[in-house]
Amino acid sequence: MNRHGHFDALARALHWLMAAMILAMLFIGAGMVVSLAWRPTLLDLHRPLGIAILLLVIVRLVNRLRSPPPPLPTDLPAIQKLAAHASHWLLYALMFAMPLIGWAMLSAGGYPIVLFSGVHLPAIAPHSAGLYALLRPAHTVLAYILFATVLAHLAAALYHGWVRRDGVLDSMLRSGAGAGHPPRDVPEAE
Amino acid sequence: MSQPTPANSPPRKRSPVPALLGIAAIVAAIAGAFAWVGGWFGERLTPQRMTDTIEAGKPHPGYRRAHTKGVCVAGTFAPSAQAPGLSKARVFTQASTPILGRLSIGGGDPHGADAQARVRSVALLLKTDDGQEWRMAMNSFPFFVVATPEAFQAQNIASAPDPATGKPDPARMAAFLEQYPEAKKFLAWAKSAPWSNSWANTQFNGVNSFWFTNAQGQRRAVRWSLRPQAPFEALSEAQRKQSDADFLSEEFDARLATTGPVKWDLVVTEAKDGDPIDDPSQPWPQDRPQVVAGTVSFTATSPQATGGCRDINYDPTVVPDGIEPSKDPILAARSAVYSVSFNRRQHEIGAGQAPEATGAAKGEAK
Repeated sequence: MNRHGHFDALARALHWLMAAMILAMLFIGAGMVVSLAWRPTLLDLHRPLGIAILLLVIVRLVNRLRSPPPPLPTDLPAIQKLAAHASHWLLYALMFAMPLIGWAMLSAGGYPIVLFSGVHLPAIAPHSAGLYALLRPAHTVLAYILFATVLAHLAAALYHGWVRRDGVLDSMLRSGAGAGHPPRDVPEAE
Repeated sequence: MSQPTPANSPPRKRSPVPALLGIAAIVAAIAGAFAWVGGWFGERLTPQRMTDTIEAGKPHPGYRRAHTKGVCVAGTFAPSAQAPGLSKARVFTQASTPILGRLSIGGGDPHGADAQARVRSVALLLKTDDGQEWRMAMNSFPFFVVATPEAFQAQNIASAPDPATGKPDPARMAAFLEQYPEAKKFLAWAKSAPWSNSWANTQFNGVNSFWFTNAQGQRRAVRWSLRPQAPFEALSEAQRKQSDADFLSEEFDARLATTGPVKWDLVVTEAKDGDPIDDPSQPWPQDRPQVVAGTVSFTATSPQATGGCRDINYDPTVVPDGIEPSKDPILAARSAVYSVSFNRRQHEIGAGQAPEATGAAKGEAK
């Protein structure tokens, strides 16, 4: 709930957990495709982390639909509001697309989709050179778009926190139920 | 951190410049770290650069970049009674596991003459009933030429033809051997080892080490070989000169047609304490314990342009539960370079740039 103009506890926990996981995944992915030494090790991390992100983003989307985020400041220029909403939905789309494309890409490449030793997932796409040739570069291009969007999101969050000081960053950092910060709505125990 | 400011209170006067500079610095630092990890700066040796060197500027679209010429093979693996004591891998308890394999020769030419290829190779994909896979890529040499990917790259550069003469520069090769003397052993093998007259009587060695874990939790470092059941028959110098460019696949098909399945024993060699586990250029002493873990039988071949092996990356780090790759740097590098080769050729096939590699040039079904 966002009774205090803040994201609820589950939304904040998922945000920060997934922020760390997604940033780690982007660096793991960028590193493993150019590494002669670390590819097998990083790949063993990349697959289960990706599937974990896919599961968490499902929980996160359901939570977001049930508990809408706090509204943006009323004085925020329309263009910035649009950018905020568009980038948030782009992040959601990519959080779903990246693991699914990775999974489909391994399927199309004829690879086993190993999560950890002895545990693997079924293929979700046919073994096909043509399909692999589409999905493999798509995974890279979308990873760059995701990385750029994450950076823009970070820059915007810090802009809200350090320049506008409008409470937007704070709404993801803390609960809003603390002292000196009277709830705007009916009090509610967290 | 700031408290939320009610919209109707006047904003505090403060220059936004330091904050904006701080934000820009943070974003630039993360982007820079990402670019560094992704290999955008510097001359680090990457699998892409190694593959470029192997391609030598003229890749054959849709084909593997190395061990380019080959045929797909179908067969089965049957474990021995001793196999489950080595590893708990399902493939060692399942009565029979189908194999999608590939027999090939070294080199990057899809039309290379079989009789000129010093190195022959076999790749195997074993998929058990629980969906786990074991992929292997083995060669006729008994040990790898060098210990590290950097040394392998140096060898590929040193042995590349000099544009002026069309032949490798002996001075560069000498300099390479001085820097990596372990390679001399390999050159001596290449010069003196007898040539056999068939894939069927060639021994193939998985020169990299792996760790086996059995059901009792015992862990051991191993290497494995495919030891032919067919007796060795030499290929004489005269036969080498006369033989057909495709004599290996022609002979193999004829052999299958006349005498049935061609078999190898999967021989697992156990390391002793102190053996060089992570260095594939160092063979282990001959007296190390060996166990026959099972039998590989090949029953049929099909052209690689249309066969099931074409779109498989025989990455030797794809192993089932009960088998783990060692820390051998060549093993990790093989995984990395094979992946680049696979991505490039699948892209060429997907983009329709590989009519020959897919059989489309001859009007065959894709």
